Amino acid sequence: MGVEFEQQPSVELSKVAVSDTHGEDSPYFAGWKAYDEDPYDESRNPSGVIQMGLAENQVSFDLLEEYLEKHSEAASFGNKISSFRENALFQDYHGLQSFRKAMASFMEQIRGGRAKFDPDRVVITAGATAANELVTFILANPGDALLVPTPYYPGFDRDLRWRTGVNIVPVHCDSSNNFQITIQALEAAYADAVSKNIKVRGVLITNPSNPLGATIQRSVLEDILDFVISKNIHLVSDEIYSGSAFFSGEFVSIAEVLEARNYQDSERVHIVYSLSKDLGLPGFRVGTIYSYNDKVVTTARRMSSFTLISSQTQQLLASMLSDKDFTEKYIRINRERLKNRYHMIIDGLRNRGIECLEGNAGLFCWMNLSPLLKERKKESELALWKSILYEVKLNISPGSSCHCSEPGWFRVCFANMTERTLEIALQRIHDFMEIKKENDVQQQ
Amino acid sequence: MEFSLKNEQQQLLSKMATNDGHGENSPYFDGWKAYDSDPYHPTRNPNGVIQMGLAENQLCFDLIEEWVLNNPEASICTAEGANKFMEVAIYQDYHGLPEFRNAVAGFMEKVRGERVKFDPNRIVMSGGATGAHETLAFCLADPEDAFLVPTPYYPGFDRDLRWRTGIQLLPIVCHSSNDFKVTKESMEAAYQKAQEANIRVKGFLLNNPSNPLGTVLDRETLIDIVTFINDKNIHLICDEIYSATVFSQPEFISISEIIEHDVQCNRDLVHLVYSLSKDLGFPGFRVGILYSYNDAVVSCARKMSSFGLVSTQTQHLIASMLSDETFTDKIISTSSERLAARHGLFTRGLAQVGIGTLKSSAGLYFWMDLRRLLRESTFEAEMELWRIIIHEVKLNVSPGLSFHCSEPGWFRVCFANMDDESVRVALRRIHKFVLVQGKATEPTTPKSRCGSSKLQLSLSFRRLDERVMGSHMMSPHSPMASPLVRAT
Repeated sequence: MGVEFEQQPSVELSKVAVSDTHGEDSPYFAGWKAYDEDPYDESRNPSGVIQMGLAENQVSFDLLEEYLEKHSEAASFGNKISSFRENALFQDYHGLQSFRKAMASFMEQIRGGRAKFDPDRVVITAGATAANELVTFILANPGDALLVPTPYYPGFDRDLRWRTGVNIVPVHCDSSNNFQITIQALEAAYADAVSKNIKVRGVLITNPSNPLGATIQRSVLEDILDFVISKNIHLVSDEIYSGSAFFSGEFVSIAEVLEARNYQDSERVHIVYSLSKDLGLPGFRVGTIYSYNDKVVTTARRMSSFTLISSQTQQLLASMLSDKDFTEKYIRINRERLKNRYHMIIDGLRNRGIECLEGNAGLFCWMNLSPLLKERKKESELALWKSILYEVKLNISPGSSCHCSEPGWFRVCFANMTERTLEIALQRIHDFMEIKKENDVQQQ
Repeated sequence: MEFSLKNEQQQLLSKMATNDGHGENSPYFDGWKAYDSDPYHPTRNPNGVIQMGLAENQLCFDLIEEWVLNNPEASICTAEGANKFMEVAIYQDYHGLPEFRNAVAGFMEKVRGERVKFDPNRIVMSGGATGAHETLAFCLADPEDAFLVPTPYYPGFDRDLRWRTGIQLLPIVCHSSNDFKVTKESMEAAYQKAQEANIRVKGFLLNNPSNPLGTVLDRETLIDIVTFINDKNIHLICDEIYSATVFSQPEFISISEIIEHDVQCNRDLVHLVYSLSKDLGFPGFRVGILYSYNDAVVSCARKMSSFGLVSTQTQHLIASMLSDETFTDKIISTSSERLAARHGLFTRGLAQVGIGTLKSSAGLYFWMDLRRLLRESTFEAEMELWRIIIHEVKLNVSPGLSFHCSEPGWFRVCFANMDDESVRVALRRIHKFVLVQGKATEPTTPKSRCGSSKLQLSLSFRRLDERVMGSHMMSPHSPMASPLVRAT
């Protein structure tokens, strides 16, 4: 990613500019730096750092490439050259209707047809990063708060807070119940905000969860929905990994819960989605906000002027995603491959005596290294993380960067590399654990 | 799916969501609505409203399309380009593809006649110029702080600079008496006024070439502005989005040239906004560029660009296109010629009925003087006249009021977003309207402003058509773009 380290400004910039809420000074990014300086390459740099801190999906590109090969004319401007002009001029913030229809249909397919999406409620943004910030601008005033269950995606600290001035109040989850969100935790977080005189505007969940790699159970979704109704606040469900659930039936979208309730109280619910993870296209900046609230849709659409999707990209994806044979095949095969990758890493870790949270989705696993900690403290976790980074040469993400309240957990990505590289990573972990075992024996 | 919106739900949204900062409630949008509900088409709707309120450049698509056809590898979806698909699709580094930054920097240099150099490492992406302006406001100012901006100015600035940032825009009032030039006195006056109101001025927003005037700033004025911001230690944001739409003398002088050659200045104060939406006619591609001479601003803006990056698919296409110097040379010069022809056609056609325009050498529009057609010199009268122009003459032009012009009677008229037939029809309608009003005067020379003679002349439409026929032949397609709901 190539992070920036800035000098002191000589002329005054804004408070937003000089704050560190952009989050790039966190240890999370130190791992990036180490990788950037010494990146693993199978032939050119076999002892370099293996990047396991990047939640990217590279397992299904062949399917996309195969599609393009067969449909290059439809996807490009090819034989319909006059459409280049029309496309280049199209800057309507509603977005191409064909694109919105294709997006709505794709989202329905991912949910096995268990929820319907109206293309006129799809608002386009340049990535989920922009969608989450935009939704926050709309739902909360500076100084207000969103409740976010921990552990959560480190980028939220920037996306939800930096330019909006909105706070995140954590909803603490722990391993005692597999990090599931409970009503007690929600109530405690809410009370915490109230005690600090902070107005809570909503709950933001990620489902399937990053970094847990697990879907939220239906009963928990019902509880969360009841909670936001009782407090008269919003619910934002970031479903960016919905297409990465290993078994279609195991992912329950908030859309399904709403449908079952006949859309009662739905005006407080908003879904964020993107193609960066499910389709592996982070460079294309394709994000959406789907809201059941008319005013939010209208306002979000106006605000999307700051962050629209390139019409060229909308055109390509409208073609691709409206091909239902292709999308059905892609979704199915992608799930299968991610599931296999997941089992490969879980089994590989278990053989080395390392346990992970039972996961069923996403591009990463949630690894438990707490038995290796000297003390159950954040400092020990960071010390362990450093040694994994600089000695084992694996960039994984420490739980503390995800605001996990329990030290010792790490997020390990497995879909952004070849199987061969994953095997090498597992081998390095094996060697590391062997050495640790010897050291422990020696110390006794 | 219908979801009823209860009143109390409205209170559950932020202040930002419920205020008017989006700017769409201004009368400016009445024209859009009129066009949307009754758009002109040569055969299907020949009496519809002709869109002259949209500053788009459609004059060179023949050249661009030819290039796209001849360069299939520039698209990652063609057989020739597909081998780059994965590499491009997974690249999400907010620095942007190096070849993209290099190509954009090179293009910006070419547009400025190679008189200055641009460092590709200072190029930051944004969601169009719209995104670039907002990002700069976030970086340079706190809520309640102000930027000074000369009037008349692009209406979108009100939303782009203010809506989510909370900053204010304070006008530097310019007058027709000196062709709306920015003067030292007017800058000082605006600054003093802010001081007196206890408003902290953090920056100066400049649009050069100007929208809506179509004029380029002369060297002396640019030097005065740089000197002013340097003295006051405030930032200068220079929006040069129309830099390649210059079609005649005087030539365009970029702020980058001024700080390089003409005046000593604290460069940490200078920032440029650019985009490909106007010069090349690619508004849909959302290619916004922020260029700053201030390292800290580059760094901060780059982090913020995560909220509005350019699609790598588009970066790849643009990198290819703009690094083809044969192509860029050709398009810059051809665009210039065609804009000159179009501009001349309109301004001469208007002069024939005594309607003057501000002398301009750039932009996709001209600034039309209809003061003598006003019932009285008020903005109410301007709005009345405007409604007549929309609903009776069936032309969507933009009233000066929406550009914060201090004097009533001026209108911005766009000319590059239509084909030749539409131009003919538009001119015929204007002529007819002026005649019917009984306000035709002796034809003036194109360069001067309107005279005050009340001589009635009978105009021959055939004579007018003969003049129009000599103009450049464009593709027969009428602009039937889907309804656009953004101020441009």
